[in-house]
Amino acid sequence: MFGRLSWSAIPFDQPIIMGTCATVGAGLLGIFALVTVKGWWPYLWREWITSVDHKRIGVMYMILGLVMLVRGFSDAIMMRAQQALAAGHAQGYLPPEHYDQIFSAHGTIMIFFVAMPFVVGLMNFAVPLQLGVRDVAFPRLNSVSFWITAAGVLLVNLSLFVGEFARTGWLAYPPLSELAYSPGVGVDYYLWSLQLSGIGTLLSGINLTTTILKLRAPGMGYKRMPVFCWTALASNLLIVASFPVLTATFAMLLLDRYCGFHVFTNELGGNPMMYINLIWIWGHPEVYILAIPGFGVFSEVVATFSGKPLFGYRSMVLATMAICVLSFFVWLHHFFTMGAGANVNAFFGIATMLIAIPTGVKVFNWLFTLYGGRVRYTVPIYWTIGFMVTFVIGGMTGVLQAIPPADFVLHNSLFLVAHFHNVVIGAVVFGVMAGMTYWFPKAFGFTLNERLGKAVFWCWFIGFYLAFMPLYALGLMGATRRMQHYPNTHWQPLMLVALAGAVVILLGITLTVVQIAVSIRQRHANRDCTGDPWNARTLEWSIPSPPPAWNFAQLPHVKSTDAFWRMKEEGSVGRTLPSSFEDLHVPRNTPVGFFLAFFAVILGFALIWRIYWLAGVGLVGALAVALIEFWKTDLEIRVPAQQIGSFEHAHAPPFLRAPSGDLETVDEIADDRDRVQAASGGRS
Amino acid sequence: MQVQPEGQAPGVDPQEQHGARSYLIGLGYAVALTLASFWAATTSFVYAPAVPVLLAVLAIAQMGVHVAFFLHISTAPDQTNNFLALLFGVFVTALVIFGSMIIMANLNHMMVPMDQLMHMQR
Amino acid sequence: MSAAEQALTGVSDIPLALRGPAPVRVVAGFGFWLFLLSDIIIFATLFATYAVLSGATADGPSGVELFDKRHVFLETLCLLASSVTCGFGLLASYRADARATYFWMAMTFLLGLCFLRMEGTEFASMVAAGAGPSHSAFLSAFFTLVGTHGLHVSVGLIWLVIMLLQLATLGFRPLIARRFFCFALFWHALDIVWIGVFTIVYLGAK
Repeated sequence: MFGRLSWSAIPFDQPIIMGTCATVGAGLLGIFALVTVKGWWPYLWREWITSVDHKRIGVMYMILGLVMLVRGFSDAIMMRAQQALAAGHAQGYLPPEHYDQIFSAHGTIMIFFVAMPFVVGLMNFAVPLQLGVRDVAFPRLNSVSFWITAAGVLLVNLSLFVGEFARTGWLAYPPLSELAYSPGVGVDYYLWSLQLSGIGTLLSGINLTTTILKLRAPGMGYKRMPVFCWTALASNLLIVASFPVLTATFAMLLLDRYCGFHVFTNELGGNPMMYINLIWIWGHPEVYILAIPGFGVFSEVVATFSGKPLFGYRSMVLATMAICVLSFFVWLHHFFTMGAGANVNAFFGIATMLIAIPTGVKVFNWLFTLYGGRVRYTVPIYWTIGFMVTFVIGGMTGVLQAIPPADFVLHNSLFLVAHFHNVVIGAVVFGVMAGMTYWFPKAFGFTLNERLGKAVFWCWFIGFYLAFMPLYALGLMGATRRMQHYPNTHWQPLMLVALAGAVVILLGITLTVVQIAVSIRQRHANRDCTGDPWNARTLEWSIPSPPPAWNFAQLPHVKSTDAFWRMKEEGSVGRTLPSSFEDLHVPRNTPVGFFLAFFAVILGFALIWRIYWLAGVGLVGALAVALIEFWKTDLEIRVPAQQIGSFEHAHAPPFLRAPSGDLETVDEIADDRDRVQAASGGRS
Repeated sequence: MQVQPEGQAPGVDPQEQHGARSYLIGLGYAVALTLASFWAATTSFVYAPAVPVLLAVLAIAQMGVHVAFFLHISTAPDQTNNFLALLFGVFVTALVIFGSMIIMANLNHMMVPMDQLMHMQR
Repeated sequence: MSAAEQALTGVSDIPLALRGPAPVRVVAGFGFWLFLLSDIIIFATLFATYAVLSGATADGPSGVELFDKRHVFLETLCLLASSVTCGFGLLASYRADARATYFWMAMTFLLGLCFLRMEGTEFASMVAAGAGPSHSAFLSAFFTLVGTHGLHVSVGLIWLVIMLLQLATLGFRPLIARRFFCFALFWHALDIVWIGVFTIVYLGAK
């Protein structure tokens, strides 16, 4: 009746898990109680849960990523503590069966449920605004993508309390991940939650690619798109190309586990090496999916806060697309030691080294943008400079390992672990933090606390070096990855330094939460009334903060790159309010995403525990929800011109208003602008 | 009730009144190529090692027929995005299939035979 | 700009990339085309796996022993014919000719069903002969690849039934016209994948 599910699935005998369960349960109950008592459910349902607005969905992705960052980082601290203790004869506090689940969960969560939501969230929020349009190509699909990703998150979190997680590492190589060697439900939790979030990501990739290629403001040709949109295009093309490979490979592993197939088993002709080949065909583009938008954020930040256009727009675009294409030619460097031979290894080693060249072009362009500019050292610039230092070091250790003989020594050592954390934290974490700080005022109408932001940066920066530089040394000394314990006590001091670094990063994450809380309390003091707190260059800054549902009352006519800066230079021609407005249509909210995800969780949970009748319920429910949505014909809301007009008038930036409160003429506006610029010391 | 399309979509045959012809021509070519493939696989008329190459050529030709006559993808200016997307898809497909085949052939070639491997473990 | 292009687009001088957001039909068509390409990459992965494992018969039966070329030829003709009838059905939907649309799409459905039935009997006979997917890596790869294609055809047929119901209840509004168009793209793409299947799997069997 209940498949493999029974009360013994709940680990009552493991105090750490039970403690976490109690805390999380109490926390969730507390939040639900608060929301109910305050009567916020109708608002949440109407404005957020059923929203198809890309801005709302982007914010929800960021919240999802932040919440999962806490879980992923808890895993990290537990691992660091274990490795700091378990030297020589000591065994630490985590038995291997538990430790193995922790490092597997850490990697899976950080990549799929922290980094991907953060990056997709930033792209979702910013791309339509930068392109000067009203929403993404398929708003309802956007909501479905988010909620299905959330369904994957729920499943992976359930694995902590009901059952177990995979013990195979974050990529679940066979034959260990086959049924014979992982008979429990752990690998099934892994596979089904990733299949669900993979579908969400793929749909998001199709959505954003279509948006960038087919929906841009009039006059915005490809050569006038902001660089962040180019990087979003490259990243989403990689998503569309690589996620199907992941889906198919996981499907074959699922067939092996559920239906007795022999694609990747050791027996009857199966080939585990094929899994590793396929998974890395996905895996390498995946890291570029994460890193390339990070590069895009830095391009925007560096141009805005230097007060100059980005240096070398064309070479930046070419470098981005070159990285996109080259990222398909390097995947074997993840398994040099698997035995493909010198010729094959040489090809992929050289290709891996080549990919560093366009990345170097980008670094030089960022540096040349800063050079000669009047740089304002705001929090996003801190993250940018921190990134450039950190990523260059990480990239160099990558090129070092691109040499196959070197990699034969360093493969699967702590050196490798240090390298990939170096590049991922440098490009993705720092990029997301910069992007979050940069676009926060656009999303919420007030800036984040600057001092706390700098404190967060220093904690991450110092913490990162403390945590990972020792790992480079340890790797060179022969330490392998994923060690629950090690016999060589000489390694312990370095492990302790690494633990200290992790604690400093923990402080940074805590301060991020504090920063958000404090900023919300200080929101009136930090309110941005102009829509443009940074004196920025791209179109998203030309509309009020937070933007209305329709983004732009009239789509802007774009004449160059840095379209908003051009509008400013032309003297407010683009910033006077139109004399008349038109009715607009915005997509209607829909609960389809939420309900599809609800049935997806049922389906996933049922399949994991082999409760096939319940899986049928999930499938039928999902189909029913989809059919109901399919039959809807009234998909848009008409926003009357009068409502748009009064919103735009109410939110016009102050300098558009004369002291009398009336709107100024174009000449008066130009005079005001000249006065302001003279006061700030000339054009920057 | 007349359909009011909201714009010209890619893949739509601009001369809709001749649309049926396109499908019939495509059908003709496709049937011919299918017959040719089945013939090539069973005949002794063609030099045996060349048969796989011939089959590949016929298959690619027939896929092209489908793309051109059924999907109406071409190099017309309003089809550029579709054509480039197709090229991208073909590129990734070729990479996945041929890349995997080359790598796995090398790996399998270098792999110690299973009986020797089991012997090493004792 | 040629007269034909002008007639097509209605705008003369501005390059396509600078005209602002594309119409809904173009956006929907292109998005669905991207989805189809991603689906084809799933099949590429399955083809790659089949290519790598096609020799791993574990002393069991191989393709040459199991496959019946005449059977496959008939399946191929069924699917090809269904692609053409689907095209005719799409043209009928452009003309808002309900009866012709129902007729041609019903033909498409029947031909697709024929294909599935033939494939089903082939699978069943293989399993009955002890050549099911759990007997060797080659058989696992075969059933995965060909079975996934069959699954797509099945989903397509279900979708087609839903489309005809939508036509009956909602009529030829633009939303429904776009969906028929997407269905036709899907159905043609499945035939393209089948070309790969019958060439590599059946005709290429050793």
